[in-house]
Amino acid sequence: MLIFILKRIGQMLLIMLIVSVMLFLLLEINVESVAVKVLGQYSTQEQRELWLQRNGYYDPIYERYGRWLWGFVTGDLGESVRFKKPINDFMWDRLWNTAVLGFWAMAFIIPLALVLGILSGMREGSWLDRTISVTSIITTSIPEFASAPLLAAIFVFGLGWLPGTSSMIGGFDWKQLVLPVAVLVIYDFGYVARMTRASMAEVMTTHYIRTAVLKGLPYRSVILKHALRNALIAPFTVIMLQIPWLLSGVIVVEFFFAYKGFGALLLEASLNQDILLIEAASMVAVFVVVATQTLSDIGYTYLNPRIRFT
Amino acid sequence: MALNFDENAPVLEIKDLNLSYWTRAGEIPAVIDFSLTVQKGESIGLVGESGCGKSTVAMAIMQYMGGNGSIKSGSIRFKGVELTELPPDELRTLRGSHISMIYQEPFAALNPSLTLGTQLKEVPMTHEGISDTEAHDRAAQVLADVRLPDPARVMAAYPHQISGGQQQRVVIAMALLSNPSLLLLDEPTTALDVTVEAGITKLIADISRKYGTSQIYISHNLGLILEVCDRVFVMYSGEVVEEGTINSLFTWPRHPYTHGLFGCIPLPTADKNAAPLRPIVGQLPLPHERPHGCNFGPRCKFFEDGRCDAKDVPMEPVAGTTSDHRVRCVRWREIDHSQDVAHGDAKDPMEIGDAVLAVEGMQKYYEVHDRSIKALLAGKSVMYVKANEQLNFDARRGETVAIVGESGCGKSTFAKVLMGLETATDGSIRHDGNDICKIPVRARSPQQIGSLQMVFQNPFDTLNPSHTIGTQIGRVIKKFGVETDKTKIRARVMELLDIVKLPRDFYIRRPRQLSGGQKQRIGIARAFAGNPSMVIADEPVSALDVSVAAAVTELLMEIQREHKTTLLFISHDLSVVRYLSDRIVVMYLGQIMERGTTEAIFAPPYHPYTEALLSAVPIADPEVTKREIVLEGNLPSALNPPQGCPFSTRCPRKVGTVCDDERPPVQMASDTHAIACHIPLEELARVEPVIVVPSEEERAHVAHQ
Amino acid sequence: MATIATVPAPGYGAALMNALRSFALLRESIVGMAGTALVLFWAILALGAPLFAPCDPNATLLAFAKPGTPIPIADACWSDTFILGTDNIGRDILSRIVWGARTVLTWAPIAAICAYAVGIVLGLAAGYYRGWIDDVLSGVSNIILAFPVLVLYILIIATFGASPLNIVFAVTFATGPLVMRIVRGLVLDLRNREYVAAAETRGETAWRIMLVEILPNARGPLIVDGCLRLGYVIITIGVLGFLGLGLPPPDPDWGGMINETRQMALAFPHMTVFPCIAISSLILGFNLMADGLREISLRD
Repeated sequence: MLIFILKRIGQMLLIMLIVSVMLFLLLEINVESVAVKVLGQYSTQEQRELWLQRNGYYDPIYERYGRWLWGFVTGDLGESVRFKKPINDFMWDRLWNTAVLGFWAMAFIIPLALVLGILSGMREGSWLDRTISVTSIITTSIPEFASAPLLAAIFVFGLGWLPGTSSMIGGFDWKQLVLPVAVLVIYDFGYVARMTRASMAEVMTTHYIRTAVLKGLPYRSVILKHALRNALIAPFTVIMLQIPWLLSGVIVVEFFFAYKGFGALLLEASLNQDILLIEAASMVAVFVVVATQTLSDIGYTYLNPRIRFT
Repeated sequence: MALNFDENAPVLEIKDLNLSYWTRAGEIPAVIDFSLTVQKGESIGLVGESGCGKSTVAMAIMQYMGGNGSIKSGSIRFKGVELTELPPDELRTLRGSHISMIYQEPFAALNPSLTLGTQLKEVPMTHEGISDTEAHDRAAQVLADVRLPDPARVMAAYPHQISGGQQQRVVIAMALLSNPSLLLLDEPTTALDVTVEAGITKLIADISRKYGTSQIYISHNLGLILEVCDRVFVMYSGEVVEEGTINSLFTWPRHPYTHGLFGCIPLPTADKNAAPLRPIVGQLPLPHERPHGCNFGPRCKFFEDGRCDAKDVPMEPVAGTTSDHRVRCVRWREIDHSQDVAHGDAKDPMEIGDAVLAVEGMQKYYEVHDRSIKALLAGKSVMYVKANEQLNFDARRGETVAIVGESGCGKSTFAKVLMGLETATDGSIRHDGNDICKIPVRARSPQQIGSLQMVFQNPFDTLNPSHTIGTQIGRVIKKFGVETDKTKIRARVMELLDIVKLPRDFYIRRPRQLSGGQKQRIGIARAFAGNPSMVIADEPVSALDVSVAAAVTELLMEIQREHKTTLLFISHDLSVVRYLSDRIVVMYLGQIMERGTTEAIFAPPYHPYTEALLSAVPIADPEVTKREIVLEGNLPSALNPPQGCPFSTRCPRKVGTVCDDERPPVQMASDTHAIACHIPLEELARVEPVIVVPSEEERAHVAHQ
Repeated sequence: MATIATVPAPGYGAALMNALRSFALLRESIVGMAGTALVLFWAILALGAPLFAPCDPNATLLAFAKPGTPIPIADACWSDTFILGTDNIGRDILSRIVWGARTVLTWAPIAAICAYAVGIVLGLAAGYYRGWIDDVLSGVSNIILAFPVLVLYILIIATFGASPLNIVFAVTFATGPLVMRIVRGLVLDLRNREYVAAAETRGETAWRIMLVEILPNARGPLIVDGCLRLGYVIITIGVLGFLGLGLPPPDPDWGGMINETRQMALAFPHMTVFPCIAISSLILGFNLMADGLREISLRD
């Protein structure tokens, strides 16, 4: 088990390393364009060369990569061109804001999806099951960039209950968090619910559930003790994988509601070709994905005795 | 909730039960007009082929029919209590405590993520409300009763950590925990190896004796039913066609179907030349296509127009036999089965030609990497699985050589090497003069490939569901260069369809539209398309029902006879092997234990493993006597086989440490009969025969009593 | 005389027929029927866009018109009212939605097919050969999948620029590995079938076994996944448009329409609501179809 965890962490670091090479090559192989991006279109050739010279851009690429990687590992992420200050100064705040958004979204998605999925999978084909299934298909068909304007039209324009932007200029405000969280929940819970349903429905048809029923156990005990134990293994993985998925979702939501989060930052960096910021933010995003994958693999192994004890 | 049991009433009384399933196609009757009474301590056998409704009956007794099944009419009374009208919570107190069930696949029946202890303890805790520690002691007690060594370890384990045979013992223990009055056993040994099966069967028989539990034993195997039951019900297409005591029914079967079933089972006296099997023609009707009148009518050779298909046939008691023998046949009085021998006409033995295959010192090792810390430290991270070790034997033209052994004995690996899907580690295999054991299939010439073909095991897997039958056989013909012209290929496919006795319009059919037996026939046609000199058949009939299996076996024999093909028959079933092979190779854990002609294998001197295998085969003949040898323990892991004789860990005749430490010498009992054992041949030759078949005079004597 | 006969591999025509047949079976599922109806509705609109769109989608007519407003200049349109109103710069929303359907139903299937082609080939190779080929392919796909999808799209499009071909490339690059994983899983299961062993024992080539023996039997799950995947591709194209990284203006693109008008959404909700409904209903169509197909495949 220990060796398995160490191995997974090793794999994770390897992926991060390869990703960093890819990112570096993608963004910095063309030295000229770096200078253009940093100094702007109207800079002169001389200015660009001087800048490149001063910042060591004429060194061999592996040296530059080594320097950048070392900086990254030691926590020196460099300075953002767009924000004109060290990336460390603001990126982590942005990440925290996104974590808050993501936390509340998950806090609704997980219970809602699990309860609906289990109810639906417990009695496959019943009316309840059909209603839940169709509802979740409909909600997962409304992408975030469509549900955000729709919800805004209803709750901001129509009813006037909620604010239309969530920039939180005047400090943290609950009301400003409602719509962004709602958009994320609507798009995502249906998918998790359907996965849970499939897993539950499959478990309910297994022979060991039949054994449990024919042992004369009460229905509650069949479901709680025998079915859920196995049916929740698959949704656990699915839920863990929703975290990277949310990372995509927050880009749209933060963009639409002007929420000062990590997703909006990444988008802004990309649109403005703020190279060091793109690199830093992408590496953080990739780290989140790989770390959740690793955790989900380890968790899956732990939850599943068939793998744990072999 | 106290249920009012009438202790004087029969344990179970089923009357005129009709069960149906509801599908998109409408109502499908699954069980029709079923009546059965089980007295205290009685063992009832329910026998029939797949789809005959025998498992549905068990599920109806448990009142567990699923969403689309329902009881249409009739009654099921357990000790006088009507089960069909029982409210759910009372039913619950009954299930698992008064009536318990044992299932076909023990691994599927156990919850993979709960320890076995938890799963066992909850039975008495639910039904009797006893404490956890009390339940623990009880469970340990019952585990000891089902002869599981080290109950404490078993209770802490998860299902996948113990072997299949042990899992089934746990399931049995679970069923016995609340001391039920009725035990339902649904093919409890079908998923197990033969020698393990023998142990479980004996355990079940002992339990019913010890606890006085009534049993309903469901099986497709008449031999097993004979060993464990008092009375037997034969089912066909949803109906009971005949019932009676074991003695009466096995000695004087009255229904043409029952009689036909016996004709499909190779008996220990029979071989393919003296008494060929006599398969039942046709196949089981689909539930919604059942004929008028007698369901067996279309397959029955005593069928009479206007009588057999006139109206539903009732069960009638057979006068003049032991009580309770009843049969569902309008003509039972007229048909004299004694005039009608159960087996077909004798044929001349085949001529045996020159050697086609010679295997010498063949070895196949697989590398396995163990990446645990322990193995890395010990420097044993690479281990070898010795799938085949020192195989030596040959096969001649027109001969049938059988390779016998249980799962994991290496017989399938050998087939893979032979076919070129794997290459051997060492040794040689000469086929038609060339050494092929290191040539992978893609390096072989089309003629070489075509002359060595295979019939596969699983009929549902053997044909590609996406392509028509015609394309699939045609491809083989083209690939082997038998024919190249399109019309000629088509003609050759038609010819092959004729050979395997299938209608020519199967050319355009898809595998989905075929029954298991028909698919297996196509598999045979495909193997013979390239005029092979040798065909390997890997358990070709083990997945088929008896009546169908007999027909496929006969077909295979017939084609082999006509083409003078060498047949390498891989099987775990000694009765089939005895029936059709000329020579037998017995394998255990990748090594040959014994090889010789069929007569030599089935008579002393035996290898102790062969002896145990022989004893494990159920025989559907009440007059045959068998010596009981039950093997203890499990099959050792192929990764860590015993140092000396592979069989030493389970051998009942083990002579001492020499068996553990030294490879047994190969002793030649005759020119063709070799036994790998430390026990001297003279001693092995003094062993009593395992199976004793009465002579014809003795049989006649018994019949007249 | 040269005889160039395009004879399909045996069984492929039949496999295609089977695939069509499984679509025909959709009529037995209400959910599937509803989905097919939605998809067909948009497909017909897209095909007949010049007939169904009342105006030139790029013509500037009357800004900020609410639904039902009469059209002032008659010769630009054949209709006399803006049925769904106009957008912030005065273009007819109905016409833009109809033409937008054509855009999305052209590029989404092309992108999905490219992703499938790549994913199927790689998945077959990884699942059939296993060993180092599988290790390499799975490793590469793990690296690509280590990016949050949208981050990957943004990186690619922001670096290479927004164009239909770059979108197709980005979708293939990001989705191909997912398809590969699914195909690989199916192949790992199917390659153990005895008919594959039978093909191997008669010495068929590896690619023939993959394409003729294995792939046709994986079609069921792949068709279901294909419908879902098409929905995702539509979302992707929409998101990119919404973030301003989509197909270049002025040609109508639903995501772009939402983006251009979202500043007005509070005052003139119709400008954003209708494109939102359009894209959601098309995605819903594909999702319902997938569900119907799955339901049917489970039934038999």
